[in-house]
Amino acid sequence: MLERFFQNVLVALPKGLYTTLKHSWRKPVTVQYPEEKLTLPARARWRHYLRRWDNGLERCIGCALCAAACPADAIYVEAGENTEGARFSPGERYGKVYEINMIRCIFCGFCQEACPTEAIVLGKVYEFVSYGRDGFIYTKDMLLEPPPDDSRRGQG
Amino acid sequence: MAETLAIIFVKCGAILVGLLTGFAYMTWVERKVVARIQVRYGPNRVGPFGLMQPVADGLKLLFKEDIMPAQADRLTYILAPAISLIAALMAFAVITIGPAVNLFGREVTLNLADVNVGVLYVLAMASMGVYGIILGGWSTNNKYSFLGGLRSAAQVISYELSLGLSLVGVLLLTGSLRPLDIVQAQGGYWLGFIPRWFIFLQPVGAALFMICAVADVNRAPFDLPEADTELVAGYHTDYSSIKFALFFMAEYINMITMSALTVTLFFGGWQGPLLPPALWFSLKVLVFLFCFVWLRATLPRLRYDRLMGLGWKVLLPLALANVFVTALAVVLKEMYF
Ligand code: SF4
Ligand code: SF4
Repeated sequence: MLERFFQNVLVALPKGLYTTLKHSWRKPVTVQYPEEKLTLPARARWRHYLRRWDNGLERCIGCALCAAACPADAIYVEAGENTEGARFSPGERYGKVYEINMIRCIFCGFCQEACPTEAIVLGKVYEFVSYGRDGFIYTKDMLLEPPPDDSRRGQG
Repeated sequence: MAETLAIIFVKCGAILVGLLTGFAYMTWVERKVVARIQVRYGPNRVGPFGLMQPVADGLKLLFKEDIMPAQADRLTYILAPAISLIAALMAFAVITIGPAVNLFGREVTLNLADVNVGVLYVLAMASMGVYGIILGGWSTNNKYSFLGGLRSAAQVISYELSLGLSLVGVLLLTGSLRPLDIVQAQGGYWLGFIPRWFIFLQPVGAALFMICAVADVNRAPFDLPEADTELVAGYHTDYSSIKFALFFMAEYINMITMSALTVTLFFGGWQGPLLPPALWFSLKVLVFLFCFVWLRATLPRLRYDRLMGLGWKVLLPLALANVFVTALAVVLKEMYF
């Protein structure tokens, strides 16, 4: 016991202390978040958006396959009929109400997998901030990408 | 009379302000040092270099909800943190940070009380603080806290002995328990440049003292009473808000006191060239405070039986041997020189 004590205090302890001290001279690896940001992996899946066709019509046809595929039950879709006066998508129907609950969502990407028209896709914006829970229900107008001629186009 | 009282009040105020600021910034130093050792930055958002962090933390703790467990023994629950802190603050009363100075024609000693058994008094107060921990652990009626408190008791019994014995060597050399005398006995130099510090005469004693001091203030690697991994937070699991802050303060102030005692006993107290005594003293204390943090960042926590084994089977025999050898040397010196 005594022998081990001396071994520990005289050899192991200084060694350990030197190791930790050596580390304190290294440059910290912390990413100073709001000022610095990590580069995301090429296939990172974050905030969703709803895409449009090149002619500006919405891709979503309100089929609710995404909602069915979602393991977290985060999507709510309500379909509406396109009419000659108000046409939103090429087919018969379009997504009238489209909501994603970002608190429920687990960013698995199943919705984008399930969608027959590749309307819903996951982008690279990952900063979800709100003061209340209702702020995390992303509605259709928040998710829908701007029309092709809009200068705000090209997110995610 | 009035003047003496005034001096005492001023000294009390100075010690309180000094220790509480010391505590606040010690938490900052600790977080910074541990962070750098872990290759992080540590607090750096509140104020320059995160220097306002302790203020923010203090305010946060003050305004937190004060929760008391329904099963708790109310009186003891409230008293426990107060006992811890009071004992910690009182221990500092005899720490002497410099030689007596002449202020407005009066001799003023740089400690609150110039007790001739000062060192003994510090040790006594250090063990008083344990009552706070034990009572705190017991009164919350929570098995984790209770175990933490019991461990603290067992730990203090096993380490206090060696702690006391480890400084007997110094006491044999100086023949006094008064911090002032002990420091003065370390004045001057050997061969003109080696300071006559007791660390060179009592290396074993100093090493034992420092190990036991770490155990006595419940710091890593001897922080068994808190042992987050198995006891949640040990004796203060059920304490929140300002009551938790009191325990927290007591721990850090004990650290400061133990560092100050180490400096007084083994490292020549306030003595040093050029700089004023109080500054020398503070610098030396800072070095030991840094060591406390450094140790914490380096060593894992001891297993409980190892801790006890170390205390009884290693430190105690070594401390006894040290006392024996020192006593022999002192007697021989008196007989033959
Ligand atoms: S990413 Fe997954 S969890 Fe999120 S909405 Fe799509 S399917 Fe649901
Ligand atoms: S996003 Fe795709 S899957 Fe979901 S309702 Fe629209 S078209 Fe159907």
